[in-house]
Amino acid sequence: MAEVVLKRIEKEYPNGFKAVHGIDLEVKDGEFMVFVGPSGCSKSTTLRMIAGLEDITGGEIWIGDRCVNEVPPKDRGIAMVFQNYALYPHMTAYNNMAFGLKFQKTPKDEIDKRVRDAAEKLEITDLLDRKPKEMSGGQRQRVAVGRAIVRKPEVFLFDEPLSNLDAKLRVSMRVRISQLHQQLKEEGQPATMIYVTHDQVEAMTMGDRICVLKFGEIMQVDTPLNLYNKPANKFVAGFIGAPAMNIVEAELISEKDKAWLKIGEFTFLLPEEKASKVKNYVGKKVWFGIRPENIKSFETNPNEENNYATGEVSVVEQMGNEEFVYFYMAGNQFISRLNPEKVKQISLRGSYKFWFDLSKCHLFDFESEENISL
Amino acid sequence: MKAKETKQKQETTQVNNAILENDLILRKRRVRRTKINEGIRYAILAIVGLFMLYPLVWLVGASFKSNAEIFTSIGFLPSEFDFSGYVRGWKTSTEYTFTTYFINTFKIVIPKVILTVISTTVTAYGFARFKFAGKKYLFSILIATLLLPNVVLRIPQYLMFREFNWLDTYKPLIVPAAFAVDAFFVFMMIQFMKGIPKDLEEAAVIDGCNSLQVLLYILIPILKPAMISVALFQFMWTMNDFLGPLIYLSSVKKYPVSIALKMSMDASALVQWNQIIAMSVIVLIPSLVVFFIAQKHFVDGITTSGLKG
Repeated sequence: MAEVVLKRIEKEYPNGFKAVHGIDLEVKDGEFMVFVGPSGCSKSTTLRMIAGLEDITGGEIWIGDRCVNEVPPKDRGIAMVFQNYALYPHMTAYNNMAFGLKFQKTPKDEIDKRVRDAAEKLEITDLLDRKPKEMSGGQRQRVAVGRAIVRKPEVFLFDEPLSNLDAKLRVSMRVRISQLHQQLKEEGQPATMIYVTHDQVEAMTMGDRICVLKFGEIMQVDTPLNLYNKPANKFVAGFIGAPAMNIVEAELISEKDKAWLKIGEFTFLLPEEKASKVKNYVGKKVWFGIRPENIKSFETNPNEENNYATGEVSVVEQMGNEEFVYFYMAGNQFISRLNPEKVKQISLRGSYKFWFDLSKCHLFDFESEENISL
Repeated sequence: MKAKETKQKQETTQVNNAILENDLILRKRRVRRTKINEGIRYAILAIVGLFMLYPLVWLVGASFKSNAEIFTSIGFLPSEFDFSGYVRGWKTSTEYTFTTYFINTFKIVIPKVILTVISTTVTAYGFARFKFAGKKYLFSILIATLLLPNVVLRIPQYLMFREFNWLDTYKPLIVPAAFAVDAFFVFMMIQFMKGIPKDLEEAAVIDGCNSLQVLLYILIPILKPAMISVALFQFMWTMNDFLGPLIYLSSVKKYPVSIALKMSMDASALVQWNQIIAMSVIVLIPSLVVFFIAQKHFVDGITTSGLKG
């Protein structure tokens, strides 16, 4: 029930290491915001600063209508779910959930009601009398989420809550947390959620918006689809999407009044609408990015005018519904995502003809790595 | 064609059976070998154990022997059970009985154990979880005192307590424990706390605990095994402490059992060994009882260095 606003947040450690470089971010009321980035990008540090577990060395954090820089964690109206659950090992699940409420001097029946409501929501009613060591990882994590819910916080903070779970459980917990967000919204008490993860699948599937971080700086904040389709820079382009976007060096040249991309001995025609955006880069080096699904087989696209290229196939990964073809072209490795039902079997170590759909490509400035083709 | 197949099948089964048989023999051999190994191991352990325990067994046996028999027979079973050692020993040759001495001992041991547990826990909490100026140096000093022989401190300490007018009271024996002077315990507790994930405390802080409440409600329940170990060690060491009471206590009325035992040795020219041995056995009992009560936690305390959330 509150928005979270970060104003030029900085974190500098006593040893001089600067972990967070002035982050500006606005998380809207009731929004599900995901912080994602490679390890060491300070996403957890930022979250811990919002929680009040880490000092802020510069800037301001606002939750709702107050600046919480000097407010202790318990009064910030937040609840946090930790990566390793952080359940108190000597208390039962019930007491774990009730512990914080007891400190707030909540009346006993109110505590009981809230704990049982939350337990029902998370289907852990029969675990309430158990201690953490008598529960599985998934059950512990649900209790940890329950402990956050009973506090009725304005902001939920999740610090990589699913990374200790096995793959199958992770998927079901992912759905459950999304459902929880939805459910709270329907019950008329929408909660702002900030979720830290290094798993981009979690980020893409859960977030209303995603904030991509790198070395303590925001690379891009946008909806999952926009991040995928319109990455602001080379880093976001390479980070979001699996398998990752193919990004190689290329040269932009102009011939016969048209813009061409030169990659090694191959040249590709740039469609008009892309070409118009990168006029100023003619004759310069750029980064050329294309997603695996936009490198297609000649079999599915036999009659295009241009942009065929032959690559030497090194690996084919079968996924069942799709296959990833790794091939070398002009000294660079590319990955193509093909539909095995529509193409014949591809032989390893042989050459194969691909068609590059350049209408979906991205071009990045060679120096600043900003996307210049949007 | 079919015949060939059947033949092939037969051959494979034969080969398989042979492999299985071979496997079985190997397994039997392995089982036999582990059994022999186990036998040898137990035998060695039993012999060493017996060797270590024999003096204690002898002590218990000798406490029932008559004074004359103690030095004449080597076996531990007395020729006849003589309880007079216990009865007379308890009375002692002084005006006080062992009841007084035991009460005195507990007057020292109980407050000392309690103070030690509290002070070392709090001190360790400070070192393990807080940042403060000079922490590194203070910690080095703490560890340095581990290496310092106690004897070196006796004289300055004695002078200090004399200035305080604390001589012939229990204060010099008890009060230092309130200041976490046992670096070993502090060090042990710090190691324990380091094994506890910090997330737990952070979760508690978000739940509304202050530093003291974190210690009380979260850390202490988890630290219980370590605290019991500290209490147990301190209990046994204080029970057995001879030098401390000897230096600071001068009136017989205040002597603990460790001194009282020694006293019965030189009270008369003729040493009543059976009485001394009988009292020694009794003096051992509290430590043994406490140890067996706390054993489970104590072993937990030594083996578990941390907890998973």
